[in-house]
Amino acid sequence: MSTATTDVSKHRTFLIDTTKCTGCRGCQVACKQWNQLKAEQTIFFSGEGYQNPPQMSEHTFTRIKFKDYQKNGQNEFAFYKEMCMHCNEPACASVCPVGAFVKSPEGPVIYNAGRCIGCRFCMVACPFGVPKYEWSKAFPLVKKCTGCYSRVKEGLQPACATACPTAISYGGRTEMIQEAERRLKNRPQRYFQAIYGREEAGGTSILYLTHQPLDELGFKKVTKRPLPSYTWQALRLVPGIFLTMGGGLSLLSWFNHRKERIKREEAFISSKAQPETTEPETKEDRQ
Amino acid sequence: MTAAARIIINEIKGYHRFLKFMIALVVLGALASLVRFVFGLGATTNLNDTYPWGLWISFDVVTAVPLAAGAFTLGAIVHCFHIKKLEPLVRPAIVTGFLGYSLVCVGLLLDLGQPQRGWHTMVYWNVHSPMFEVSMCVMAYTTVLFLEFLSPVCEKLGYHLPLRVLRWLEMPLVIAAASISTLHQSSLGTFFLIAVDKLHNLWYNPLLPLQFWMSAIFTGISIIILEATMVHRYLGQPDESELLEVLARILPWILGAYLLVKFAALAFLTHGPLFDRPGLLVLFVVEVAAGVILPMLMFMKAAHREDSRMQLRGASLVIFGLVLNRFNVSMFGMEQADQLIYYPSVTESLVTIGIIAGHILFFVLLAKYFPIFEHHPETVDYSIPDHCHAVDEHEQAKGAEA
Repeated sequence: MSTATTDVSKHRTFLIDTTKCTGCRGCQVACKQWNQLKAEQTIFFSGEGYQNPPQMSEHTFTRIKFKDYQKNGQNEFAFYKEMCMHCNEPACASVCPVGAFVKSPEGPVIYNAGRCIGCRFCMVACPFGVPKYEWSKAFPLVKKCTGCYSRVKEGLQPACATACPTAISYGGRTEMIQEAERRLKNRPQRYFQAIYGREEAGGTSILYLTHQPLDELGFKKVTKRPLPSYTWQALRLVPGIFLTMGGGLSLLSWFNHRKERIKREEAFISSKAQPETTEPETKEDRQ
Repeated sequence: MTAAARIIINEIKGYHRFLKFMIALVVLGALASLVRFVFGLGATTNLNDTYPWGLWISFDVVTAVPLAAGAFTLGAIVHCFHIKKLEPLVRPAIVTGFLGYSLVCVGLLLDLGQPQRGWHTMVYWNVHSPMFEVSMCVMAYTTVLFLEFLSPVCEKLGYHLPLRVLRWLEMPLVIAAASISTLHQSSLGTFFLIAVDKLHNLWYNPLLPLQFWMSAIFTGISIIILEATMVHRYLGQPDESELLEVLARILPWILGAYLLVKFAALAFLTHGPLFDRPGLLVLFVVEVAAGVILPMLMFMKAAHREDSRMQLRGASLVIFGLVLNRFNVSMFGMEQADQLIYYPSVTESLVTIGIIAGHILFFVLLAKYFPIFEHHPETVDYSIPDHCHAVDEHEQAKGAEA
């Protein structure tokens, strides 16, 4: 899990300008090639326009979503590249019982398949529905966009960013936010005035610019608070509750048992006061 | 043949038929779980990327854990709050708890993609994960329950030395049980705090862990009432309804406190619409009205508390309410309005039915062969057998004198 001390501003970040996307899906192909992912058997038309495959899966880490809309009486397409958002404070990393997900210092949220026990909590936790499971396998693992960590580590750009002819810029997070703000300011009529990903889920390493309102395009409305804080506010109490409960119950039982002890001792003392009545009984008990 | 003999023979035959039926269900469940390991989770369950958790998590883990809460609740009531007369109920509760937790582990391992790596949780710690917290606690608590369960086993086998050690450990184990249970019963609620914008507002609020813990306590008590009544009816054990009345007197207080917390959370701590999904609203109302308010009102009347039949009915209502609550939180409340609805496949259901049948079967067999019900602590012989005859001569001499 990332800590508050990590410097978010230098994280490698995607700026995806959907107004510039032509829907060529070069990114989808590049992703499949670099990650050596299998092709999927799909059927046209699985969504609006030429959207294909119907959803991300264990074989598809990124895909272009299509949206039909009308502008000045003309049919238009909007495109939206779906992929892992590489959150600054990822929910998947915080809920994983074995810490298989890590936010790397470079930016991508990476997955250590060797640790994963396959509990699928990451899939429940992810607000964007990104991690996918190998449902076809007897001993499945989780699959998701790697942010091309192996390339980024060596100073290259991710496969999809390299393949994209128009829409993707890649760089430091602060730099990308400044670029996005510049575009919003320079051409206000071209853009819907928001940067999706700047604050969503506490901030992500993917930033989107759109022409249309976000919800019309199918962007999920997500809390602005980092998700790990929701569970941590309860989990941080665990040691305290354990000690309070254990200590409280110990004290309680000590007092309650003490009463009984005192009663026994008093009975013993009073029995000594009248030895002739009680002694024969105890002897009988022994035999 | 006399009529009496015929009745007895019929009873025995019925018992054997019941055992055979239960064994058949367990075998079916075991076969179904084998299918999961051969063909994978996708082929055998109705789970998918939208619903990564299904029946096996909702029932076998999230519901089964509070259903097995009787052991720690009663342990604390009897030993810490020192209501000693309830002691005869403790052992059956421990057996139920031990079986319950063992089967939770089985269910969890079936559900994991990589069950052979289950030990990873002990090595790669992530203290920020509620799942880590729960798995550590479940492992620790299953061990505690196993140790508590060893007492009747050692008594049966006549192992005196371990018995003495176990008796010495009794209080520490009871306190450990209550503290560990508090942690993981509530942390099961913490699981769903991460599902912001997924779990419906009727259930999503920051006090969910507290509610999970409180409901585990009243369910534990209700399970004890249910189990003691059933065991009296069908296994010919003594009628404990007088003791159960004490438990029935505790119940309305906890149910009332739970209700207060639930409505306070609903009123002050939820954000967003509550009444936008009529289906979920109905589920919520049924859960609260039938599972909490109705049994609370029932147990507030002394006449109902004393009546064995009403005890059973009230306890069953509480248990029904809890099961519905856990399914609401972990399954129904998580289903989004525009998505396909998840329902368990045949294989999934067979495995879960097998697990429940296994629990009942093992309980009946253990109750038959181990001193679980006829337990009177004062009669147990804790003395160490004197194999070396060190005291013998001395004692004999004394005996001769007498």
